[in-house]
Amino acid sequence: MVPLAHILALSVILFGLGAAGFVFRRNIITIFMCIELMLNAVNLAFIGFSRYLGNLDGQIFVFFVIVVAAAEAAVGLAIIIAVYRNRGSLSIDDFDSMKL
Amino acid sequence: MEVLLLLILLPPLAGAVLNGIFGRRFPQAVVSAVACTAPGLSLLFALLTAWTFAHLPTEPTPYVHSYFTWIEAGAFRADFALYYDRLTLVMTVAVTLVSFLIHLYSRGYMEQEGGYYRFFAYLNLFLFMMLTLVTAANYPLMFVGWEGVGLCSYLLIGFYFPRKSASEAGKKAFIVTRIGDVGFTLGVVLLFWTFGSVDFQYVFTRLEALPPGYLQGSLTAVGILLFLGAVGKSAQLPLYVWLPDAMEGPTPVSALIHAATMVTAGVYMVARSHALYAHAPLALEIVAITGCITAFFAATIALAQNDLKRLLAYSTISQLGYMFVGCGVGLFSAGIFHLMTHAFFKSLLFLAAGSVMHALSGELDLRKMGGLRHQMRTTWLTFLVATLAISGVPGLSGFFSKDAILAGARQGPLGDPRLYWLATVTAGLTAFYMFRALFMAFHGASRVEPALEPHVHESGGKMTRPLLVLAFFSVVAGYVSLPKALGGGEWFHHYLQPVFASSEALLSSTAAPAAGHAPSGLAVMGTSVLFAGAGFLLAYLGYVKFTGLPSRLTEYFHGTYQLLVNKYYVDEVYDWLIVRPLRRGSEVFLWRIVDAAAIDGLLVNGSAQATAGAGNLLRRMQSGNLRSYATWVLLGAVLWLGYILLR
Repeated sequence: MVPLAHILALSVILFGLGAAGFVFRRNIITIFMCIELMLNAVNLAFIGFSRYLGNLDGQIFVFFVIVVAAAEAAVGLAIIIAVYRNRGSLSIDDFDSMKL
Repeated sequence: MEVLLLLILLPPLAGAVLNGIFGRRFPQAVVSAVACTAPGLSLLFALLTAWTFAHLPTEPTPYVHSYFTWIEAGAFRADFALYYDRLTLVMTVAVTLVSFLIHLYSRGYMEQEGGYYRFFAYLNLFLFMMLTLVTAANYPLMFVGWEGVGLCSYLLIGFYFPRKSASEAGKKAFIVTRIGDVGFTLGVVLLFWTFGSVDFQYVFTRLEALPPGYLQGSLTAVGILLFLGAVGKSAQLPLYVWLPDAMEGPTPVSALIHAATMVTAGVYMVARSHALYAHAPLALEIVAITGCITAFFAATIALAQNDLKRLLAYSTISQLGYMFVGCGVGLFSAGIFHLMTHAFFKSLLFLAAGSVMHALSGELDLRKMGGLRHQMRTTWLTFLVATLAISGVPGLSGFFSKDAILAGARQGPLGDPRLYWLATVTAGLTAFYMFRALFMAFHGASRVEPALEPHVHESGGKMTRPLLVLAFFSVVAGYVSLPKALGGGEWFHHYLQPVFASSEALLSSTAAPAAGHAPSGLAVMGTSVLFAGAGFLLAYLGYVKFTGLPSRLTEYFHGTYQLLVNKYYVDEVYDWLIVRPLRRGSEVFLWRIVDAAAIDGLLVNGSAQATAGAGNLLRRMQSGNLRSYATWVLLGAVLWLGYILLR
């Protein structure tokens, strides 16, 4: 059996990578992929706990997370396409209409 | 009775309000009608009240009536209550009479001046405050009147406020008297602390029942503190400096406020508090000594003054000193007697001076007058009467009142030969400088500016009639109290006996016996007449007979003369010692550091800048930059999680 600590460590590393990418990357599609990465890291943590607690609750919750991620991806990509059509750029630094 | 008493005070208040609010639109005739009716009504009511009081079955016990509760804070209570006894009677009648005459005079005097309605509004307000002062039944209410007359004095001295010297004089008067008022306030506080009340009736009955020697420490302290207020208000040493400068105001103001009424408030206050002073002979000694030294000091300055009004101002300071001597030796009725006669002849002197000023288009320098008796007979004659009165020439009022004081200084409960001799010498000086003024202004060859010569004329009836009335009183007012030595009944003294008797008895019993043998009343009278006569003679020799003599003497005694002409440089010393350091301190420390830097800079501007700075800092969060938003969210999440986990 894979020790829980390893699973959680992997989860944390994935989450960290996702967070770092979310903050530092410029392309908005990349940022979205990082969001998905963070969500999946959390899924991994849930699965790990579910296995080691002998409880199915974690796995059920993963379903919820996947559904939410899918919905969010759909809506988010739709928004990005609309914005791309207006601005002609995918760099997040160009989305600065709120700047003073 | 209670209605009548209140009615004495109300007309001037109503007049002040009417003229103050609507006077601008009234023609001069209406303004003066309103303003002169007020003191006239007050006089009428004062006389009616006097008559009613005299017929009360409880007479001469004081009549006290409380109209409404004014202050009530814990144990401290001060009502709007009025106190009427024989002393109040004398004061109200004298004040309203003189005030009425001066209001009438002012109708003519202020005709050509601007601000006619303002003048009369202030004058009426002053009368209301003064009447409040003399009828008050407790120290706080008296203090209201005290401060009120100070306010009106400031307003009236600075009446010609566009002139810098006038507004400065007004400020000086108010500020200097304020210093004395600190003492007064402390005295009232100490009195409350000692007796638990500041009501006259309560405190005075307690005091009369107090055996001698009890509470002497506190009572002496109260006496001295209250007297400090009198020193300021009645222009004694060292707080007299405002009175000569107060001559910047219109002459009727000088006559009313700075001769007859406001400055006498201090004397009244001491007389009213006689029950207290009877238990504090040390405080009374201080009163007498201060009064005597001031009288002499001011008389010496008056010798060398060439400005007629200034000369009269110093004369007032000197005569006020006499009044304090009277009270200070334990003869309160003598002090009040002199207050009354002085009100008549001093206001007459000032009004006559005003008449001269009008004739000479504002000239007040005695060196530029002369021979005016030919063109201004009435003014000359009334001035002569007043001069005779103030010099203590037998037959006129001043003689009787001054004599009462001199006799008291020699033989009174706290009398002392040194006080007596200094006061007698001062009487001689008084005669000298007054006759000098008379001769320089009205006699001899005319030294008037040639351009003004054709305009010299006697003043109109509106101005001369009050002069004549005052002259009449200057003569007869003394006859209310013929001294025993001349076979008289000392009626005035006896009339006020029920007021002062217990205090005078107490002082006589506790005072040390008079040194040496007491001279007879006639000897006192004779000596004072002698000194007055000497003063008159010297003035006559110097200013009528040998007119070259004074300038030769001033050359010979150059140093002394300079000292006197420059009023002993007291103003300059005060300026250097007190005014300048205060100014420097205020400008450098209080203004630049406390006001500009600390309050404006630190508190006002500083708090604004701090808020703006904080806002600026927070503004960076709203950058419009999505990535920074993302960073903030991440940061917030991490911190929150950390907090939850580590808690």
